[in-house]
Amino acid sequence: MKLKPSVLVVCGLLLAGWYEPQVYSEDWTQFRGSDISGVSTKGNPPISWSDDENIAWSAALPGRGLSSPIVVGDKVLVSACSGYRQDRLHVLCFSKADGRLLWERQFWATGRTISHPKTCNAANTPCSDGQRVYVLFSSNDLVCLDLSGDLQWYRSLMGDFPNASNSLGMASSPIVVGGALVVPIENDSQSLATGLDLSTGEPLWKLDRPKRANWTSPVIFPGSSASADLAILQSSAGLAAVEPLTGKVVWAFDKGASTIPSSVVSGGIVYAPSGGITALDPRELTDHLGANSSPPSPKTVWKVDKLGPGTASPVVWNDRLYTINRAGVLLSASVQTGEIVWQLRLQGSFSGSPVVAANRLYACNENGQTTVVGLGDASGEVLAENKLTDTILCTPALSDNFIFVRSDQRLYCIGAN
Amino acid sequence: MLVQNWPLGLRVGLVWVLFWGLAITFGSLTVAAADVQQSIAVVKELGPEGKNHLAAMKAWRELAASNPEALPAILKGMQGANPLAANWLLGAFESICDRTLTGGPVNEALANGAEKLPVAEFEAFVKDTTQHPSARRIAFEWLSKVDPSAGDRLIPTMLLDPSPEFRRDAVARMIDGAQKAKASGDQEASVASYAKALGGAIDDDQVKVIAEALSAAGKPVDLQQHFGFIAKWNLIGPFDNTNLSGFDVVYPPESQIDLSLKYPGKELEVGWIEHTTTDEYGVVDLRKALAHHKGAITYALATISVPTARSAQLRLGTPNAWKLWVNGQLVFARDEYHRGTFFDQYAIPVDLVAGANTVLLKVCQNEQTEEWAQEWQFQLRACDTAGARIEFGQ
Repeated sequence: MKLKPSVLVVCGLLLAGWYEPQVYSEDWTQFRGSDISGVSTKGNPPISWSDDENIAWSAALPGRGLSSPIVVGDKVLVSACSGYRQDRLHVLCFSKADGRLLWERQFWATGRTISHPKTCNAANTPCSDGQRVYVLFSSNDLVCLDLSGDLQWYRSLMGDFPNASNSLGMASSPIVVGGALVVPIENDSQSLATGLDLSTGEPLWKLDRPKRANWTSPVIFPGSSASADLAILQSSAGLAAVEPLTGKVVWAFDKGASTIPSSVVSGGIVYAPSGGITALDPRELTDHLGANSSPPSPKTVWKVDKLGPGTASPVVWNDRLYTINRAGVLLSASVQTGEIVWQLRLQGSFSGSPVVAANRLYACNENGQTTVVGLGDASGEVLAENKLTDTILCTPALSDNFIFVRSDQRLYCIGAN
Repeated sequence: MLVQNWPLGLRVGLVWVLFWGLAITFGSLTVAAADVQQSIAVVKELGPEGKNHLAAMKAWRELAASNPEALPAILKGMQGANPLAANWLLGAFESICDRTLTGGPVNEALANGAEKLPVAEFEAFVKDTTQHPSARRIAFEWLSKVDPSAGDRLIPTMLLDPSPEFRRDAVARMIDGAQKAKASGDQEASVASYAKALGGAIDDDQVKVIAEALSAAGKPVDLQQHFGFIAKWNLIGPFDNTNLSGFDVVYPPESQIDLSLKYPGKELEVGWIEHTTTDEYGVVDLRKALAHHKGAITYALATISVPTARSAQLRLGTPNAWKLWVNGQLVFARDEYHRGTFFDQYAIPVDLVAGANTVLLKVCQNEQTEEWAQEWQFQLRACDTAGARIEFGQ
């Protein structure tokens, strides 16, 4: 093996400070963003686009997927699955700048790949700690690669837990939180959540979870520092806030919750899809005292039945909570009281969740049409209805002035070229 | 960076040290990579729940730093590897191929070495049907990247290949040929091509296309026989599963098989009845065979005979909770209800003995009242790892 001296010199220059690496303004490192809020505070994505307008680039994908793309630095990463049995797993890395495929890695599913035809094996959104990407599939294959595509570790979680599957397909996304990877694997049979070491994939803890099919994803409850963040697990039983490194349940809400749309956290309040939406305030809870005592419950701030979301998860922006109900109506409610201030009927069915940037809400329906809604205090205004000739089931990713969505065939970067 | 403030001489020194440091480091990796077999062996020691991860990670890095000459050994190393370890080896294989072929960003310095893929060894590996089926497929795909004619050369010979992906491609080509023959008016050639394709077809979508074409030509296909569905059963039930309580109850058929005996059932005394399904996909509808019970359990017993001892797969589809025993040994159990039923929903590896083998299936129905939660049924077939039926008698 020979190394060109020039390569080493470049490395040296990099470390010596003569070369400043490009700084990218905004990562979107997991499902609904790095902080799982669904909000971009920096970007200004376009208002209108079509197949021929404001598509910076698009790239072919080798297989199906409902998973969202994520953005890490100058890279866009996405998962896919292919083959008659959906048993070929793909992880792809594209250049954010021009859509060039930087690398692709393939693996073989070790778990069950059966699912409802609408979903597929690449349903869970990848996540990243900025150094590595963690990619979970419905078959409970969990891949960890570095950003150059080199395998770091691989876990067969269905090999470890043979009944941890759902015949309709699994879809919960793992998250990076508090120095650990939290992986929900909840279903009717062998239901669990586990925390893994980010660098080795070794297990840190395992929690038995309610035996009930569950497609929700954990959210982050911010602590006083990143290492003090909690992971909130949602299930039919309610919510459980756990320490990412230990799995210790710090507080719990036991009044039940949805198994499809996930919670959202904003300003220290958890907005949980439970009996519509229930706003929970866990900020004044102290750690529970002993192993035999039950975790304390957060205070219920309000509960509004009519705010119940359909499949899409809620999002909070500017003191308003936004949900899309089963009828496809966008509801804007006060975060203080839950009072519905205005509502707006959208077109189509929504599998992905809405995201917010530049005081605009982007709701992408299954037919590839994204309704862009200007978010006013008294009303919402449809600014544009943008159609891609493709089926979009994912939640968009936002980074800088771009929107990233994927279909079963293509990955799109929407924005000025 | 703080180093920006260092004196120029110090920074030049840093570059010099870095140059030789990296050179020595990568050089040592090359030496370590020489022992490819040892690295493969360490990776193959991977176990469940993170067992041996640290050692495997170290071995993987050494393996992935190897030159392309190591690729055939990595492919061969997948034989006998557990599915987890096979994926680790696949990752190393693709990292080496990627940087060799594309000069990609994995390691641009190595790419500039311009090593070539050992395509002749790849092709020999693809042709060796004793090797890991999925590894052969991966070798074929990388071979095809540098030799696009490989598919035309290799795929037509793979109609009965152990790799389901190769078979699928071979069948697709034969279906295409049959359709073209029909379009050109050569009905005899078309039917012959469809019939030959059926011999290799294992995927339901392809079998459907072939069966429809052959049926239209007056040559109906026995799908039940083609897929290897078990049609002849003895059934006994219902036993109680109120509140899902019966899943772990050991009812008499689990401990004693005597078709002449009767037992207390959920409501009445129950005995074995014979049932043969005529459904072309082997579905046994327990609501029709017995009655529309809820909160109930039925046992289904079959005997399949094979000429010699062999490994096989039993592939099950059911929306109900179930347990499966082969020759009295529990091989899998699952307590999921009404999340859909699919062809080949579960693939359970089993070892069959020469002669008669008993297959006992416990099928549990819950008490959900929704319309979509009323099915109480199963289909079970015996096949090889590729999904092709095995020869068995009943």
